[in-house]
Formats: sequence, structure tokens, C-alpha cells
Amino acid sequence: MSQVNRIAGSSKRINRNRTLTFSFNGKEYQGFEGDTVASALLANGVDVVGRSFKYSRPRGIITSDSQEPNAIFQVGSTQATTIPNPRATQTDLYQGLTASSTNGWPNVDFDLMGTVGKLGGSMMPPGFYYKTFMFPQSLWMSYEHLIRKGAGLGASPQQNDPDSYDKMHHHCDVMIVGGGPAGLAAALSAAQTGARVIISDEQNEFGGSLLCSTQSIDGQLPSQWVEKTVAQLSDMDNVMLLPRSTVFGYYDHNLVGINERRTDHLGEHQLQSTRQRVHKVRAKQVILATGAHERPLVYGNNDVPGCMLANAVSTYINRYDVVPGKQLVLMTTNDNAYKTAIDWHQTGRKVVAIVDTRAASNGDLVNKVKKLGIDIFFGHGVIEVKGSKRVKGVDVAPINATNHSVTGPAKHLACDTVASSGGWSPVIHLSSHTGSRPVWNEEIAGFVPGATVQQQHSCGGLEGIYALSNVLSNGFATGAIAAQAAGKGDGSYVGKAPKTSDPQEDASMALFHIPHSKKTSRAPKQFVDYQNDVTAAGIELANREGFESIEHVKRYTALGFGTDQGKLGNINGMAITAKSLGKTIPETGTTIFRPMYTPTTFGALAGADVKHLFDPARFSAMHKWHLEHGAEFEDVGQWKRPWYFPQPGETMQQSLERECLATRNSVGILDASTLGKIDIQGKDAREFLNRVYTNPWSKLGVGKCRYGVMCKEDGMVFDDGVTACLDENRFIMTTTTGGAAGVLQWLELWHQTEWPELEVYFSTVTDHWSTMTISGPNSRKVLEKICDVDVSSDNFKYMDWIEATVAGVKARVFRISFTGELSFEINVQANYGMQTWKAVMAAGEEFNITPYGTETMHILRAEKGFIIVGQDTDGSVTPQDLDMDWVVGKKKEFSFIGKRSWTRFDNKRDDRKQMVGLKPKDPTFVLPEGAQIVFEKNQSIPMKMVGHVTSSYYSACMGYSFALAVVKGGISRKGESVFLPLSDGTTVEAEICSPVFYDPKGDRQHV
Amino acid sequence: MLLIHCPYCEEMREEEEFSPAGQAHIERPLQPEDISDEQWAHYLFFRKNPRGLHHEMWLHAAGCRKYFNATRNTATYEIMETYKMGQAPRVTANEEGQS
Amino acid sequence: MSKSIQAESPLHHAQLEQLIGQSSEGGITLHEHKLLGHLNLRGNAADTAFLAGVQEALGVALPTAPCSSAKSELAQIMWLAPDEWLVIVESGTEFDVEQKLRSYLTGHFAVSDISGAQTLLELSGKDIIGLMKKSTGYDLHLESFPVGKVIGTTFAKTGAHILRLDENTFQLVVRRSFSDYVWLWIQQSSQEYGLTIV
Repeated sequence: MSQVNRIAGSSKRINRNRTLTFSFNGKEYQGFEGDTVASALLANGVDVVGRSFKYSRPRGIITSDSQEPNAIFQVGSTQATTIPNPRATQTDLYQGLTASSTNGWPNVDFDLMGTVGKLGGSMMPPGFYYKTFMFPQSLWMSYEHLIRKGAGLGASPQQNDPDSYDKMHHHCDVMIVGGGPAGLAAALSAAQTGARVIISDEQNEFGGSLLCSTQSIDGQLPSQWVEKTVAQLSDMDNVMLLPRSTVFGYYDHNLVGINERRTDHLGEHQLQSTRQRVHKVRAKQVILATGAHERPLVYGNNDVPGCMLANAVSTYINRYDVVPGKQLVLMTTNDNAYKTAIDWHQTGRKVVAIVDTRAASNGDLVNKVKKLGIDIFFGHGVIEVKGSKRVKGVDVAPINATNHSVTGPAKHLACDTVASSGGWSPVIHLSSHTGSRPVWNEEIAGFVPGATVQQQHSCGGLEGIYALSNVLSNGFATGAIAAQAAGKGDGSYVGKAPKTSDPQEDASMALFHIPHSKKTSRAPKQFVDYQNDVTAAGIELANREGFESIEHVKRYTALGFGTDQGKLGNINGMAITAKSLGKTIPETGTTIFRPMYTPTTFGALAGADVKHLFDPARFSAMHKWHLEHGAEFEDVGQWKRPWYFPQPGETMQQSLERECLATRNSVGILDASTLGKIDIQGKDAREFLNRVYTNPWSKLGVGKCRYGVMCKEDGMVFDDGVTACLDENRFIMTTTTGGAAGVLQWLELWHQTEWPELEVYFSTVTDHWSTMTISGPNSRKVLEKICDVDVSSDNFKYMDWIEATVAGVKARVFRISFTGELSFEINVQANYGMQTWKAVMAAGEEFNITPYGTETMHILRAEKGFIIVGQDTDGSVTPQDLDMDWVVGKKKEFSFIGKRSWTRFDNKRDDRKQMVGLKPKDPTFVLPEGAQIVFEKNQSIPMKMVGHVTSSYYSACMGYSFALAVVKGGISRKGESVFLPLSDGTTVEAEICSPVFYDPKGDRQHV
Repeated sequence: MLLIHCPYCEEMREEEEFSPAGQAHIERPLQPEDISDEQWAHYLFFRKNPRGLHHEMWLHAAGCRKYFNATRNTATYEIMETYKMGQAPRVTANEEGQS
Repeated sequence: MSKSIQAESPLHHAQLEQLIGQSSEGGITLHEHKLLGHLNLRGNAADTAFLAGVQEALGVALPTAPCSSAKSELAQIMWLAPDEWLVIVESGTEFDVEQKLRSYLTGHFAVSDISGAQTLLELSGKDIIGLMKKSTGYDLHLESFPVGKVIGTTFAKTGAHILRLDENTFQLVVRRSFSDYVWLWIQQSSQEYGLTIV
């Protein structure tokens, strides 16, 4: 098919020297560089671009901008590059573009659902969503399946997105949203003060309404003024221009989110470049110059392809040299839309008539039209359109807008295009994002931005200022004022505003809904929200059913719920609600627009934070060694810790048993570098420890270590670890791996807010030290080989630490144990960590030193009944619950953190869940962690749950499985049986026992 | 995303540098053992949740690691002031507890 | 410590040395100032004896204005907080400088050797502002971030202290355990500009 609707115009916005081939629903078409998919389809005379959501009616292109509710496509040729739901009116054409209707399964021209359209409609009356959500919840799943298939929600890509995305932060004095006449004028005047200015526009080039306007500026074409102004701005170092950049959200404290489409217009998958970039702009002042959207009128069968917005028709003619039909009927409530009839007439195609709802008008444009000899029907409305896949004609009748009635017989006019204009709605979406309630402006019959807490200005069409000369002067003034508010300039514009002459316009009429000779409920469908098939009758039905708040009407009818957020239909919907309830529009109010202004891809929002950059991975200095030795890794916070070190052919369980036995019988080595370490210095360090730990620190001598438990003020355990006394006034505290940052913040919180008088400083040294723990009966023999200090039992006692040289490296060695075996924790400066680790491995070779990971560490410590905070505790466990009263200082002077709470009633109950050991009756069965515990086996469901398993393993050293658990009153129930009903329906029995399974006297760690 | 003035770094910084740290100006009872369970529970658990002015603590986690106070309107997210630990707010709610 | 002991900087595994000279066209240039001495210094900026002691030990007045820095032959000092500074000294001198500070200082102060805990990356080049804008939300305009200023802020999804050395040169102090992430981030973010390792 050729471009039947492309005329020999003179637009510079398209490049006729570059023909682009594209396909739509499997057919090939041609367009030009500069086209949107919509303008190219209209050029080719494609009428039907999709099917409607509920009634499956054929739909055509209505708008030329972000309001478009029908031409919403699936664009992209592969499962990796396909994009659901871009608007054809905002999709730049590129060579080879592949698009299809999202709604129109199986085929837009012959739609299976269309033949059962009535059924579809009656299955889904207004309120369908609402009622479905309310009542048959189980049915929703099956409805959803059906609806999604027919609903035009688009299909998400099935393969990974090959493109790359990123984000950038910016700061500026004045951020201008919208590059039309108001925005460009504001940018120019703000920039001339030296202010840092950013201006963005969603279209492929700046100019906004001027790109399709014929009104001269300074005696030149408006596009020439745009070109000159953009060139001026580009030359200024303090200005950043962002075309193809949609401001999708306006957030707190003047943060503006922008999505720049950098390569979308070039084709799919542009290697080596960022496809979309999100700019986060923190602006001192924001100017919204988002303009206004034309509002369609609501009339019978107003969705038949060929029904369009008046301004959209002008845009296609003037900007794209496309006349989307042969015979036009224009219906308007205002003078402004007469431009469309003039534009159409000048292409040489026929304007059948203008139907003006007003009694009369004597404006300049009206008089111009009269001179052209075009018929005007004043006091009339188009009450109904004839045709199904394309407009064939209209019924025009005299109307009385005040009492919503048709006052005379209808006359039929043949035509193929109906353009309508109900006036303009300021684009208040971004202003609404900040929580500002829009205010109804009677004069323009539209909402304008209301009061805001942001440093925000608005100008031009957004303020209801529509005459070009006023828009430009308002833009210049606003730019200067915003710059001054940002500290630049004196608030006045020094330049000269360009000359324009605006046609005199008569008053427009506030009319939204055209009456029909039948009652609304009986009249042909009058669509308000095209995307969701919401009709005037549906809204009136909602009102009759008692939904009067506009927010309820919205949820009941789905008005404004589409991906277009009701840009086209919301105001009409509110007006119809107001009329039906006998209220004014301000009384009815408006719903609030929220981000995103238009749909934004997940890729853009994710930016570069994907795959290995999704979450930082932290590594110890020995990580490369672990990799080379086949470790499997476990995530502990952001750390990658060796989980276990499988040898070829081993299962995980076999590895764990080998690692456990090697450690208990000879020597194992663990990378413990990830434990948090805090250097605590100052004369009050000791007193501070007394206050934050439950146990006493006053008498810990230099060279000694002590285990400590920290509680929150509610008395619950939140971290534990060993702290060593380095010097009279200096300690090194270790924390759990996951708790490191939180503990440091906790210490700082108390020091900075409650006890600033204590002289103490905390500094994190976690990353400074590489820590390797050698554990097992042969660990001393290994250490002796590479250590310059006597580490014999007499000289280096349990819970001592020494400074020594290990393998030639200065080290701190702690004789502490988390396995219950003789253990040494060697700490060296991390730059020497790898070297030292390798030396220890070499020294241990003769003892078959075995690297082990976190899982073996967990088994070995659990055999000893040592808790892991966060695994055996969950923020509701006191030291007493853990049977660890020994770690609570009884004579400490200061009422340390957590102490007072232990005497609270709830914490003294004797049926609190307490930590115990569990021995399954079947010694080979490993209880699932998290399994619930009951006292009585035979209970009806729900059973009385009395606790759960916190840690559970098979012990290779002991030859049976075991667990740690919390059980109500468990400490006094040792020897009793409990039952664990499992998810597979079976119930297993276990015996409550001491949590210390291995070496209960603790001899092994003291040798 | 808020823009927050750190009174120690003495400049505005992006919210992502900070962590919220709860209601400000809660003082730990000097003698916890001398007060009733109920009084202790008030100190532990009871927090304001106003619509309007709220004095709250923030931590400049990615910056100077200092805690400070802010007076923020919880409805509009305006931050009226930030001030150092130990200082009193200049902006306070009126008698009704609202602004 | 024995000379035969091989120290490995946090980016040792990236083998940056082998990438030097591989590309000279990049808009971004990266250099790791590895294995320097890093000392965390704490003290009261209102304590004149403390200030005098530091000046004597390091040969330069402690920068006490927020986000300021100072440099002497011995050390580069970055303000981290009203009572906290980072002192960067030549590789291997950290122990001596720490002892020197301890001998000159009295009263309430703290010094921690954190040389193993972090590394110093220098990023420069004609496109450096682009990379920095992708990485941090701080305003990089010279009015807001003049030469010599140091800020603690977020860098991608981790944190860094960033010192501006000149209009197009920044030094980043990053934690050892996050350095691989930072290295990956720099590679990703400089793709459109080209990355040169020096």
C-alpha cells in the first residue's frame, strides 16, 4: 500500500529523502524519517490499529501525543527486544521497525472476540473489576486469564534484555519540564542570568506546539524561532538540553526523574551504547511548562476509527504532511479548533461542515472560515457517528447543553473523519505527583496546579494561558523569576519578547458530553475512557449504584486505570459524574495522577545495577585461594563466604563430614575475616563496654579476651562476640559478620545521644584484618612451626591473646574457640592475608590441614551448643531464654542496656521459649530447621505449637543427628519427648536434652 | 527522595547517604530500676506518629557517621531544620500538636 | 617485616599492572595508589593541645573545616567528621607515623592503623564528570565541589570518600571488601568513554 494520505506539503519535520520500511501486524509499509509510527500508519491509510478492551470494537488513532489510548503496540522483532505498550504516537519510526497491536487477538480486522463482543460486554459490566475483587476471589484467576488474553496489556519479553541502561545525577538552578514555547522562553531567560539550566522534552525535538503551528513569530515560521532559540541555548555552557526525555516523576524536594531514550529511534539493540538513561535531577527551582492537552467531546460511537482530536488532525497535516481522511466534520466548543478546518481546507480536501455547540461566535478564526465558504452549524452537536471500521457519516442535531437535550431532528452528513475539540486541559500530572491538589479554573474549564510545598513554578498552557504571545511573555517572566529564586539574576527578563499576533477569540463553551436524542443509557456508546471501554452510561450507572466520590467512581468503572492513566478521559468522566450528581466539577473533585507520567521500562529503572552490579559482593583477601580450591560460596550479608570445600566427586554431606572429622581429629582452617572488628579507644572504653554488654568488663586484664552478649534495650539478644583488651584504655571488639555495621551504629548511637561525656572512640577495622582460625588438636603444632612466640599451653592460655610474628608477618593471635577444640585465631593486616594463609596451609600440610567453610563451622559450634545470633535467636530471645545467665553481670553498678527489661512481666514468664538440644529418636533423621514442635502428638489442627527447631545437622563426630531448638519452658523439660509434625504429614519424635552435645566439660579447648 | 542538611558536614546531601533513626529527644531514664514497668514500657515502645511536625533522628551513614535531629513535616515531607545532638529544635508544633 | 613477604592490595586480583598501556584513548583514566599507609585519627577539634600535637607530628595543621583536606610532605589528611580524619602516608611508614602521633598527643584521642582496610583510587580524564555523575548523587560543579574538598558519600551502591585534586581528577578511598565491586562498576560506567589504566 502506498502513502495515500501523504500530501506534497512542505514540513521540515520529516525527511522525504529517507524512506523507512516497517511492518505492522505482519504487513509492510513505508514512512519517512521524522515520522512516528502513528503518522506513518495514517499516511498509509491504516484505520484500525487495535480492538477495544471490553467490547472488542475496532479502534483507530485518536491523538498525536502521550494521551493516545488506542494505538498502543507491541514493538520489537524478537523476544529479547520486544517492548509492550509504547504509544504509536510517541514511537519514532526506524528502518525495519516491527509493531503489532497489543489488543486484537487474533487479528484486528477480523476479531474473534468482536463476534462475541456483546457477550464480552455483558460479562464485564462497569464495576467488573470492583465486584470481582470484592466477591468471588477464587474466580478471579480464571477471569484474569481471559481478560489478559484480550485486554491489550502487552506481552513481556521472554528473553533477557540485551541492551544496557544507566543513570546519572544532576544538579541545577532551574529545571524546565517541557520544551514548547513557554519552556523555551523560560530556559532562555533563566539561562541568561548565568543559572544552571536543564530543559527536557518528551518529543524527538524541541518546540512543542510550535512544531505543528502555522502562527508566525517575529514574522517567521514558528519552527525558525525554535531553531534559533535551541541554537542559542546549545551554545551556553550553563544549559543542558534533553530531547527525547520524558519527565516521568516529580518527587520530594525538587527531585525530577527523567527517562532519556537515547537509541530507541535508531533501531533495536544498539551495541556499545546506553539505550535509555534515567537522569535524576535535583533542582533548586522547577518550572513546569508541560502545556495543555486537547480534550475530545463525548458523543455516540465516538470511537469509530476516523474520530480524532482536532489538534491531532492539525498536527498530522502540518508536521507530517499527512491528511488522515478525505472529508472532515469538525465539532467544537471553541474558536481555537477552527484552525483544524482551515488546515484541512488548505490541503485541498473537503471540510463538510463545522458543528459548533455554541449559539454563535464572531472570532477571527470563525470569520476566516466563513470567508472560505465552509458550512457552520451553530448550536448543534454531532450526536452519533455511523460506520464501524471507519467513519461513514454523522448525525448532527440542534442541542440544548443546559438541560442536556436534543431539540430538533438530526441531519445526516457523509464524511470519513470527525475531529472534535472540547477545549484544553492543562497537563497537571507532574504537579500532582508532589501531592498538590489541582484547582478548577472556570475561565478555561480545566484544572490548573494548586498550592505546593515544592520550589515550583508553572507557566504557559499549564496555567491556562493559551494565546502564543501570552505564553511566550509568561515563559520569559517565569524563567527570570525562577532564576532569581535560585539566587541568579534580579527576576526581570532583559531580552526582547518576539512579536506575534494572536487571533481574537470568542468565549468557548464548557461542554463535555453531547446529548443524544435517546437517554444516555440507550444511546449508542459514548466513550469516555477508550483504553478501558468506560462509557458515559457506565459512569452514570456507577453514580446510580451509589458511587459518588470520584475516587470510588474511578475504581468502580476503571476510569483512568489504563496505562494512559486517563489522560484523555478523566476530565470528561468527572464532568459527567458532576452532571449526573447535580454537582459542580470542583465539588466533584479530581483523582490524583501519580508517577509514571508515561510507562517507563524496567530496564531504565534498573539502570546499570543488574547482574554482578545488582548488589555489591564483598570478598576477603583470601577469596582467590578459595576459588582456586573449589569452594562453594554462601552469601552472608553482602559477603561471599566459603560454604564448604568439596573435593572431586563428593556430595555436600560427604564434604561436611570430612571437614568436621579433620577439624576434630587433626586441624581445620576457616577464613573468619568477615567478622566485624571495632577498635575502641579512650579512658572510658571499659565503662562503655560495661554498659553495652551484659557481662562485666571492669577486671579484664591486658592480654585477655572475653565473650560478650549484647542486648537491645528490650532485653533481647542482638549480637555477640569476643572482645580483647589491647591496652588499659583500648579494646578490639568482634561482632557477627552480618551485625558489623549495625553494632558500630549502635555503639555510636549510645555514645552520641546518651553518653557523650564518656571519652571513647569507635573505628571500624573489619577490612583491615585478615582472620584465619586454625582449630583442632594439631593446631598448636601448626602454629608453632611459623610463630616466633612460645604458644605452649603454659605460656599462651585459653582466652589470651598475643602479639607475634606468624610466617614473617606481624600478627595478633587470639586463643579463642568457636568449635570447642584447641583453636587459634590469627589476625594479620589484610594486605598480607593471602601470604599468611598460604604459609599456614604449607605448615599444616603434614597434619592434613583441612579448609572448612561456614557450614562445618555451624555444625561444630552447634555440637557445643554455641548460639549463632540470628539463627538461634530472632530478636525475641533473652540471655535467660538461652540458659546463658552466666553471661549476665550481677554486680554491675550501671543499669546496662537490656537489664531493666528482664524484670518486665512478660520476660519473667516461666513458659517462655527456651533454648534446648533435641535428639531425634531416629538418629539418622535430620530435623528440618524451622520445624514446629508440639507436646502432644495426637491433637486436632491447629495444634498447639510450643517451639521450633533453630539449627539442625547430622554430626559425623558423634554419629547421630541433633538439633538446637526453642521450646516453651524447655530448660526444665530435659528428658521429655516432643513431637514435630512435618510438612509431608509425618510426625517425628525427639527428646529434649542439653544443648551441649560434644565434650560437655570443655576439656578439648583448654589443652 | 529527600534532600537533607547535615549539621556536621554543613551542607545538603542526598537522602541515600542517610538512615532514619527514629523519634528524637527520647531520654533514657537515669534510674531504670526505680520506675514502674509501665513507665519503662513507655520509654521502650511508645512513639509519636503525628501528621505534621515530627522531631526525628537521622544518621549520616555514608558521610560523617554522626546522628543529628531533624524537624520534618510528615505530611508534606518538608524539613524545617536539622540540628545537632544536644540542641533543642527552633521549630515546634503548636498546642494542638500540629502545624 | 620480612622483605620476601608479598603484600597484595585490595585490587591485586584485577592485575591492573598488566592492563597498563593497553589503551591510551580512554576518556577515563584509573590508577590505584596501592599499599599506602592509612591511619584513622580521632580527637577533639576544639582541643588546642590536640591540634598542636597533630601539627607537630604531621607537619601541617589539621583541617577542621567540614569536608576540607590538607597536605604535608609526610601526610595527606582528609576531614571525615568533626572528630575524625584520615591520614594517608607513604607505604610502610604507617607504623612510625602512628607512634609519632601517639608520642605527640595527650588527652583523649585515638589512632587506628587501617592500611589493610582500604585502597586509594585515582580517577581522571576528560569524561570523568560523566562517570562521577553516574556514580554519586553529589553535585560535582566546582562551586559545590571545589579542588581540595573531600566528601563522604555514596558511590554506586557502596560508599567512598572522594577528594577532588583538580577539575578532572578525583581520589576515591574505598573499602577493601568493596573494591572489586567498585572496579566492576568503573569498568561498566566508563564503557562509553573508554578506560585507560595507568
